[in-house]
Amino acid sequence: MAEFFAMGGYAGYVWGSYLLTAIILLALFTVSQRNLRRRQRELEALRALAPHRRERRRVEKEERA
Amino acid sequence: MTLCFLVGLAWALVFSPADYQQGDTVRIMYVHVPAAWMALFVYLNLALAGASLLIWRHPLAGVAAEACAPIGACFTFLALATGSLWGKPMWGTWWVWDARLTSVLILFFLYLGYMALTNAFEDQERGRRAGAVLALVGVINLPIIKFSVDWWNTLHQPASISRIGTPAIHSSMLWPLLIMALAFTFFFIVVLIQRMRGELVAARLRALGRLSVEGR
Repeated sequence: MAEFFAMGGYAGYVWGSYLLTAIILLALFTVSQRNLRRRQRELEALRALAPHRRERRRVEKEERA
Repeated sequence: MTLCFLVGLAWALVFSPADYQQGDTVRIMYVHVPAAWMALFVYLNLALAGASLLIWRHPLAGVAAEACAPIGACFTFLALATGSLWGKPMWGTWWVWDARLTSVLILFFLYLGYMALTNAFEDQERGRRAGAVLALVGVINLPIIKFSVDWWNTLHQPASISRIGTPAIHSSMLWPLLIMALAFTFFFIVVLIQRMRGELVAARLRALGRLSVEGR
């Protein structure tokens, strides 16, 4: 096990590149995901304030039924 | 995507053999080479999207091109950084100004330049069109990167996978490399769709905002 982590004496270089790759890719994924979710929430909030005409009609129809 | 990463990582780190000359540093290859491939592949996508924006004026092409740029910049940075981490123990230096390394650095700056230019315009559509022109001019860099190892005498090794005939790499190393490349490609597709959806929602938000300002 210790041998595995030592990577033949190149631990810093090997683990360093994998760690760096993981950090950058995870950060990119998280930032993109968070942006998408935030905007979707904003859109939902705006829609709730002023529903689209189509949706308003649907709601009215539902209320009548 | 996750499955590919898990299998690829396990194979790359545990099951694949160490190189007889490079020892365990050869394992850096399994992140370095896919990152470098993706750096080129994403740029090709960016340029194609830019071209379709200029030719057919399809708005989605601009969204796609803009979504590509940060992903490509990340992959290029990773290719440079992991290459540096590989170069130090194997070549004895973090960096040399040889053809392959320099042309990839230029690719990195092309990505950054594209992002800066696209965001520098008040009118988003104009910014994307200007960026697309820059991206298309930058395509000249792709064959330079690809063939730099053949045209110039460099410290970087020549291609060992895409050689005519059989690859110059044993299958025990080739397979984990290809699986990691597949994982990187899936990652690109997932993040690309994520970013494009985010941009489309933002466009709808802007449209709604404009509508409500103008009193509907």
